[in-house]
Amino acid sequence: MDIQIEGLSKWYGPQKAVDDISFSVKTGEILGFLGPNGAGKTTTMKMITNYIAIGEGDITVGGTSVKNDPEFIKSHIGYLPENNPLYLDMPVIDYLEFCALLQGVSKTQVDERIREMVRKCGLDAEKHKKIGELSKGYRQRVGLAQAMIHDPEILILDEPTTGLDPNQIVEIRKLIREIGQAKTVILSTHILPEVEATCDRILIINKGKIVADGTASTLRKQAQGQEIVRAKIEDTSADKALEALKQLPSVEQATYLNSHQDQFEIQGKPEVSPARDIFKLCVEKGWVLTELTPVETKLEDIFRDLTIN
Amino acid sequence: MNTIWIITQRELQTFFDSLIAYILLVAFLGFSGFFTWLYGSDVFFVGQASLQSFFSIAYWTLFFFIPALTMRMLAEEKRAGTIELLLTKAVTDRQLVIGKFLACLLLIAIALLFTLPYYFTVASLGKVDHGAVWCGYLGLILMSAVYISIGVFTSSTTNNQIVAFLSALFIGLFFHIIFDVLAGSFTGTMGEVFSTLSLSTHYESLTRGVIDTKDLIYFFSIITLGIVLSEVSLSKRNLV
Repeated sequence: MDIQIEGLSKWYGPQKAVDDISFSVKTGEILGFLGPNGAGKTTTMKMITNYIAIGEGDITVGGTSVKNDPEFIKSHIGYLPENNPLYLDMPVIDYLEFCALLQGVSKTQVDERIREMVRKCGLDAEKHKKIGELSKGYRQRVGLAQAMIHDPEILILDEPTTGLDPNQIVEIRKLIREIGQAKTVILSTHILPEVEATCDRILIINKGKIVADGTASTLRKQAQGQEIVRAKIEDTSADKALEALKQLPSVEQATYLNSHQDQFEIQGKPEVSPARDIFKLCVEKGWVLTELTPVETKLEDIFRDLTIN
Repeated sequence: MNTIWIITQRELQTFFDSLIAYILLVAFLGFSGFFTWLYGSDVFFVGQASLQSFFSIAYWTLFFFIPALTMRMLAEEKRAGTIELLLTKAVTDRQLVIGKFLACLLLIAIALLFTLPYYFTVASLGKVDHGAVWCGYLGLILMSAVYISIGVFTSSTTNNQIVAFLSALFIGLFFHIIFDVLAGSFTGTMGEVFSTLSLSTHYESLTRGVIDTKDLIYFFSIITLGIVLSEVSLSKRNLV
């Protein structure tokens, strides 16, 4: 099922939490929803899941507008809210059964679905405990299990890996990837490597507006513009090498890297890569090039650039 | 309907799992039994085979117990955030409110069921006006429903259980006694208005064995009002 969001806005009193955002998510796509605190991620997710009414604009899920049939949409969405609220006094199995029944899983299939979720989310050892007795990581798994209990077409996860240990994070990411192949997934997070590891597409919002939309590599390209490489040149004096590097036609700027006198950071002119020229220069002069690494702009930097004004 | 029943079942389960149900049953049966059989204007003191004394005691005990049952219903869900889980599933606000309302009503009905032995005992002591007894039970159920709907409403307005409890008692007090007192101190139209608003007027006429459509309309309109207001107050999340 596709999610189509058009011109969505939401006011909280005088404050505009979501400001005219439009995007769509296709089946089989995992969308990473990024943004600083208070950017409007959670508000948008709450509107997609019909917890709060939309302000202006429209959200259609599988061709149905939230304005027309919210119940239909709700039954096709699995949602893990922020902070993962749970009934702490309920045993895991009872809770999953309650969720399954509410989502309209037929009585004959409930047991089977619960068994599958317990297996998928690794809850087997804890399934008879009360939720309140579980550690944070296991609670998070219960939250994921309840979101997926009715095998929803759409999965919306608000910070799904908070509180998990590194092993669990890897498992949960794998699980999300697996699910994402056939379903539509939107997940929000603060952990940038997580987005790269799990998401097909990244959407960054800031102050209620979309500031970037694309895959991790397209975002990089946009942010970078000019290529930066790091080179280590031996068998020559550092000053001579730097001077020669600066003369290259494709080089905009060359500097020493920190205090290492034989390492350089070279910034290319727009749209040209300086790497080839550097190599040729060294061959010509008989210098030894022991390192030539492209410097990737980190997602963190892109994120900071876009969200700090 | 199915969804409402699933919610009702879970609420009842919670009542029995958390001992609330047992405490209510023991306390309710203890109080009403003590005052019906052992103390004050009890059955033997009155000397008539009637459950009138039980009905007037239950009128007060339920008034105090019901807000204690309803106070956590929505307030706790709001505080813990679980209401978001419920309402993002295929559940409407109305289904949630009615489900909770029914769960509470069922628990009260169970408590009243345990007082049926009083009826059998009195019936074996003398000639009982059976109609009046059944009407009395109907009156108790309807009165409970009114206070439950008020309690669910106050619970929906806050995420603090104590606030929900106290405001339910406060609102309830008007219907329970204050309107009645006011009705006594006013004459003419005002007096009549207050007398119509007072729950005790309608309750007493039921326990005397008279089923009047006016009384039924009164009870059902307050119940409906409570449920609708709870829904409205839940939907306020859209504005904040």
